[in-house]
Amino acid sequence: MKISIERGTLLKAVGQAQSVVERRNTIPILANVLIEAEGDTVSFRATDLDIEVVDKTNAMVERAGSTTVSAVTLHEIVRKLPDGALVQLTDDGAAGRLTVEAGRSNFSLATLPKEDFPVMASSDYSANFSAPAPVLRRLFDKSKFAISTEETRYYLNGVYMHVADGEDGRVLRCVATDGHRLARIDADLPMGAEELPGVIVPRKTVGELHKLLDDDDATIAVSVSETKVRFATPEITLTSKVIDGTFPDYTRVIPVGNTRKMEVDATEFAQAVDRVATVSSERSRAVKLALDEDRLVLSVNAPDAGAAEEELAVAYGDERLEIGFNAKYLLEIASQVDRENAVFLFNNSGDPTLMREGGDTSAVYVVMPMRV
Amino acid sequence: MLLFVHLLCIPYSVPMPALCRDCLTTFEAGRRCPSCRSPRVLSHPELFTLKVAHMDCDAFYASVEKRDNPELMDKPVIIGGGKRGVVSTACYVARIRGVRSAMPMFQALKLCPDAVVIKPRGSHYAAVSKQIRALMDELTPAIEPLSLDEAFLDMTGTERLHGHPPAVMLARLVKRMEDELGLSGSIGLSHNKFLAKIASDLDKPRGFSIIGKAETAAFLRDKPVRLIWGVGPAAQASLDKAGIRTFTDLLRWEKRDLHDRFGSMGDRLWHLARGEDSRRVSAHAPMKSISNETTFFEDTADPDILDGHLWRLSEKVADRAKAKGSAGRVVTVKLKRANHSALSRRVSQPDLTQSADRIYRTARALFATVADEGPFRLIGVGISDLGPAEGADSAGDLLDPQATKRRAAEKATDSIRARFGDGAILKGRAIR
Repeated sequence: MKISIERGTLLKAVGQAQSVVERRNTIPILANVLIEAEGDTVSFRATDLDIEVVDKTNAMVERAGSTTVSAVTLHEIVRKLPDGALVQLTDDGAAGRLTVEAGRSNFSLATLPKEDFPVMASSDYSANFSAPAPVLRRLFDKSKFAISTEETRYYLNGVYMHVADGEDGRVLRCVATDGHRLARIDADLPMGAEELPGVIVPRKTVGELHKLLDDDDATIAVSVSETKVRFATPEITLTSKVIDGTFPDYTRVIPVGNTRKMEVDATEFAQAVDRVATVSSERSRAVKLALDEDRLVLSVNAPDAGAAEEELAVAYGDERLEIGFNAKYLLEIASQVDRENAVFLFNNSGDPTLMREGGDTSAVYVVMPMRV
Repeated sequence: MLLFVHLLCIPYSVPMPALCRDCLTTFEAGRRCPSCRSPRVLSHPELFTLKVAHMDCDAFYASVEKRDNPELMDKPVIIGGGKRGVVSTACYVARIRGVRSAMPMFQALKLCPDAVVIKPRGSHYAAVSKQIRALMDELTPAIEPLSLDEAFLDMTGTERLHGHPPAVMLARLVKRMEDELGLSGSIGLSHNKFLAKIASDLDKPRGFSIIGKAETAAFLRDKPVRLIWGVGPAAQASLDKAGIRTFTDLLRWEKRDLHDRFGSMGDRLWHLARGEDSRRVSAHAPMKSISNETTFFEDTADPDILDGHLWRLSEKVADRAKAKGSAGRVVTVKLKRANHSALSRRVSQPDLTQSADRIYRTARALFATVADEGPFRLIGVGISDLGPAEGADSAGDLLDPQATKRRAAEKATDSIRARFGDGAILKGRAIR
């Protein structure tokens, strides 16, 4: 194999590959990226056995062929090469080395046989649809903060993507929760998605997916089966196993009878929460919200460290209410709001609170209060 | 010939600080004490400059029993519980027969059938430990006890106070332990905790070993990494996979690679490989975990029986946490299979808990992931990553609306017990 490729293009392709590769793994080949050159394209393939990414890109292929080499090392080398450099990758089959040349730099890297590289079995996808990148980005970016890291409830370690009944008909919906907060994000149901089986997309896949979605004009082809999900642009294909488990019935969690409504500027609110939370170093620090006629007092009381209080003007017309939340959760939820005011709907100090952006019900957040 | 060897070993021309461990005379080199002619002489170039020590009592529990009952003096004595239990301490007579601590009792008795087995008298040992602690308190305020019978001592800055360098005071400490309490101990003296702990084990019993700065690298070179406190069989296995057996193997690794492969332990290994350990001897080392475990009379895989144990252990852990005003983020389940291989599973939660209900439910979920690996001989539950009780269990669970009610019930149970005694109210699952 002998190919020449521009440094920037190579960096992007190898970058995607090396982020899929697990840093700590005991199977040597899994640390490698499989490079395959044919015609005028080169593909870079990496896997951790749960996720596989293939990045295809144009290159000058002088001699077709394939090999595998450490993804992290190759990425580090390419990253350190000067911008605009032309990189030549040459595989001299016999010696088991890959030569990387650019300008006066020359590297010789150990390779492993491509036959040992595990390729993910293909799946029979029961639903295929395409969606604009910004739509998918919104679905996953706005829900991923609520993904649980608790391994005992492994079925919460991802985003539940499924078809649901929204207020105005069928929607494509993403839900994530860790038991303390929940995000439910809806989008118009794309053509072909009607038969989509509900799947839990793992946290790591959601992170990798983000990189496919940065081009606003791109259209993403999505394929889903009971066990796998695939997202593809013309260049990059990301295939992932889904979490084998049942996502809990989240609909029971979303309060419907909350009537006490507070409307507040989300940015001001987030900044005030952040400020008062400074006095406590506890990781799960509680912020108390005291509500009265158009007035909100935020306070934190850390017995060992000190206390803080801040007053905010809000729209609130219900009875007095005192309720506590984990400061971090409040901040995360408030930072999801980017266009209108944040609307909080409370019931009482012990029941879940609902938050949405203005009157928009296509993005709804639920947060569990803390005893303060 | 003999004389020739000795001349080679001890170059009389170079003065080397020396100390007699019997009469505490200090002098410059010699195989015997110039004042009392004792051969128990310590000499080392850094003898009077090293300051971090580890004191470890010799077969502590067994020694206490022998001291209290001189008839046992020449007999093999094993401290440990029951036929199903393990050896907690074996006296040196029993050790000659191959008995080791943590060995299953049946195996120990096979090796040493005439051993006198004594059930541990925890509170008595604790009282004796206090007497030793009092002697150590005279030396330095920086004492970090690791258990009843061992402690780190940082003697930095005490030389002017005592008028003697640390080595002399430490030799006096073990001498006083023997003279006044009838118990012997071994000292390791070095420049950090890691090496001091290794040193105390080099020359047991009644030992005094020194690892100086100058010979640290040479000392560690061919030693196995399992010497590191905290590297047990499991860690050893994963190190083996990486081809790391000795400290020399470890030195070949880049810091970053170690970190990538072993996480925070990798960072520590990198420093330890160089004989570096910056941990302080801390008098008030905060409690790190609360745990309880139980060994069964018979190995069991019965999910009902095991579940009952999980609940009782969770409740014990919660009770202790509540008593100490503490709570933990990490819940751990520990198991031992019938063949004594250990197994543990842990999970970290976003907030602190001291609730028996939550500890139990988390432990149960952890146990479920390994339940089919039974039968088991031991089960344990613990919490760690501790924090203050204020703010613990203050968040409800969206997916488990009953959790808040159960927590209220637990509070009520606690107050009933506080008033009417521990047996006043029990959960059904506690009597399985």
